[in-house]
Amino acid sequence: NLQESESENKLDGETASDSESKSEFGGSPPVPTSDDTPEVLNRALSNLSSRWKNWWVRGILTLAMITFFFIIIYLGPMVLMTIVMCVQIKCFHEIITIGYNVYHSYDLPWFRTLSWYFLLCVNYFFYGETVTDYFFTLVQREEPLRILSKYHRFISFALYLTGFCMFVLSLVKKHYRLQFYMFGWTHVTLLIVVTQSHLIIHNLFEGMIWFIVPISCVICNDIMAYMFGFFFGRTPLIKLSPKKTWEGFIGGFFATVLFGLLLSYVMSGYRCFTCPVEFNNDSNSFTVDCEPSELFQLQEYNIPLVLQSVVGWKTVRMYPFQIHSIALSTFASLIGPFGGFFASGFKRAFKIKDFANTIPGHGGIMDRFDCQYLMATFVNVYIASFIRGPNPSKLIQQFLTLRPDQQLHIFNTLKAHLVDKGMLGSLEDA
Amino acid sequence: EVYLEERLGELDLRSDSDVPDVPPPTDSTPEILKRALSGLSARWKNWWIRGILTLAMISVFFLIIYLGSFMLMLLVLSIQVKCYHEIITIGYRVYHSYDLPWFRSLSWYFLLCVNYFFYGETVADYFATFVQRREQLQFLIRYHRFISFALYLTGFCMFVLSLVKKHYRLQFYMFAWTHVTLLITVTQSHLVIQNLFEGMIWFLVPISSVICNDITAYIFGFFFGRTPLIKLSPKKTWEGFIGGFFSTVVFGFIFSYFLAQHQYFVCPVEYNSETNRFVTECEPSELFQMKKYSVPPLLQAVLGWETVNMYPFQMHSIALSTFASLIGPFGGFFASGFKRAFKIKDFADTIPGHGGIMDRFDCQYLMATFVHVYITSFIRGPNPSKLLKQLLILQPEQQLSVYKTLKSHLVEKGILQPSLRG
Repeated sequence: NLQESESENKLDGETASDSESKSEFGGSPPVPTSDDTPEVLNRALSNLSSRWKNWWVRGILTLAMITFFFIIIYLGPMVLMTIVMCVQIKCFHEIITIGYNVYHSYDLPWFRTLSWYFLLCVNYFFYGETVTDYFFTLVQREEPLRILSKYHRFISFALYLTGFCMFVLSLVKKHYRLQFYMFGWTHVTLLIVVTQSHLIIHNLFEGMIWFIVPISCVICNDIMAYMFGFFFGRTPLIKLSPKKTWEGFIGGFFATVLFGLLLSYVMSGYRCFTCPVEFNNDSNSFTVDCEPSELFQLQEYNIPLVLQSVVGWKTVRMYPFQIHSIALSTFASLIGPFGGFFASGFKRAFKIKDFANTIPGHGGIMDRFDCQYLMATFVNVYIASFIRGPNPSKLIQQFLTLRPDQQLHIFNTLKAHLVDKGMLGSLEDA
Repeated sequence: EVYLEERLGELDLRSDSDVPDVPPPTDSTPEILKRALSGLSARWKNWWIRGILTLAMISVFFLIIYLGSFMLMLLVLSIQVKCYHEIITIGYRVYHSYDLPWFRSLSWYFLLCVNYFFYGETVADYFATFVQRREQLQFLIRYHRFISFALYLTGFCMFVLSLVKKHYRLQFYMFAWTHVTLLITVTQSHLVIQNLFEGMIWFLVPISSVICNDITAYIFGFFFGRTPLIKLSPKKTWEGFIGGFFSTVVFGFIFSYFLAQHQYFVCPVEYNSETNRFVTECEPSELFQMKKYSVPPLLQAVLGWETVNMYPFQMHSIALSTFASLIGPFGGFFASGFKRAFKIKDFADTIPGHGGIMDRFDCQYLMATFVHVYITSFIRGPNPSKLLKQLLILQPEQQLSVYKTLKSHLVEKGILQPSLRG
């Protein structure tokens, strides 16, 4: 994130050799990162001093990433899903590569193959569950897909077990420890990277707004905290990240909440953002078309007396979703940074400056996404707890696998319930 | 350049032979046994101790089964906590990290969080009627995931705040060690409990098959063992492996035959809210009703029968025993590799002659997951009362549309007669 790399860059720019950088253990050189900046940028900025050059490179790349973000939103859910998947694979690769560097374990037999194999297995498991849930009718139609989905868990488990047995068979006498370390490293990485990328996709399917608002809040908090810190920063926040300040933290918090409110207001007006993503069997494509739920219909709210004098209105028209956005922004500003501190601690522990150098001036993909991970899980838990009920098509799917007597029992109970509520006119009208 | 202890990767790059051995576990054999066996040579003494302890463990097992499901659940929970403790203690020794600030509290805290999450889900599913009656529990169940997540996050933030300048690496290692251990021990102990609720037979047959495989593979290896099986465990032989496989399948087959006759073992465990107890009473499902099977012509010649009366469950037991004999041992090899990697002879010395609890349960873990996946894939459909509960919390419009879909499905299948109005 912004403040971290800025301080490190300053150090590199001003001292003679990389190996002089502060480290708590002393003596060992950090992993060198090559300069990835494209030639064209290098030439254009060759006149400026190295510090301003760095600023410009970061700025340009930031704009490039944001533009890219907008483009893929425009292209739709399928492309977004693919992008999430690519980001996930790249993050996994980055973290595993760090593991290799730490343990000098390039030569371990089979290990690279096994890591990628486990990644494939876990992804197969999660994507299979998603596909079964959301593309139920498509799956039922195609015979091979139907069998794959019926025995999905068993197949995934069998695939995983194969990898596990391969690991056991690949244990080599002098390298047991290294191999167990890498095994542990791989599994923890899978836990972090893959599960959370799938939570992001679930959020996306709930409605693009649940994907865009959280991610934007984290990015906004990053930028705002940096700016507030730059202009007003005085009191350090935490020893792990010396450049972070309380002023930046609090300023970023308020700015992000405000930003979230405004962004939600703008987005709630459009169906393409608020409707759950569904797969249309007839056109074989994704559609986002629906009757907007209550969350996205304007309502009158009474302004609390305290604010009435400040703002001058008695009531305000807002979307209920905006209230939820306050919760999301709050989490992004207060807890999201802990994901960043965790990543900073990790980088210090393993003496690396950045996770990789994929993005010039910014480091690796993981560096950009470290705060997003906690956010994705939070949004998913939030939706499951406060917003969404169970998925009706999934329930129907489960119903169809029950025994006839169980089906009848449930049907009659449901019928009685609906009659009770007055939803069904009379017993014959059903 | 000064090569400090903590140089990048140095701590971990020392070849296995450089790692100082963990001090050998102390001998915890009770005094009585020692005196009784003082006459015998060391080797036979070891045999006797192992034998006595094996019998003791099996007796405890039978006792607990007799005492019922609730006691079994408690037993599983205790074993899980002990295994977790054993593995974490090994981590402390490997990294000399007894003094890391907060770390012990954090490990136990995470164990508590993850258990809270899993037990909460189980309680919500199986004790629905019990929960409905109490207001506070209702609140906890409804927001269960959120509460669990908040608890976990608190632990996570505490970890970040506890990072201390000179110990970052150690702390990250212990954090990862804790999480992998949780993944292994806690999730699988919960799968064991889910299997138990499906019917005690799904708990007993797999565990017994693994134990039987252990014992019979050892016996076959002792008498006929010649070809080594795998470098990791030099004592294991192919003869033991194959002999153990066939014996375990036969054992599983016969054992299931006996268990399948009793409702106590075969019925899903349910909680009776009136008597506030667990009951195992039901109409035995098809799996546990005798059927006639035609013996394949090959075996007809051998056995001399044309048909045989079996429980369908016995066919499933063949699958379970096969897994226990062929794949279960990989769990054991994994644990052997782990012990060699970290230079320990046993996980702990809780059980004299046998080592720690983990030593006894290393093969069981893969088995528990397999049985659970097997049940959900091939045996059990979804839980009807859970499905009903979810249907009832849908939005009214959704309920109506689901109702219409279900109705048309039932009419189509002939389960429901079409209404007079068509």
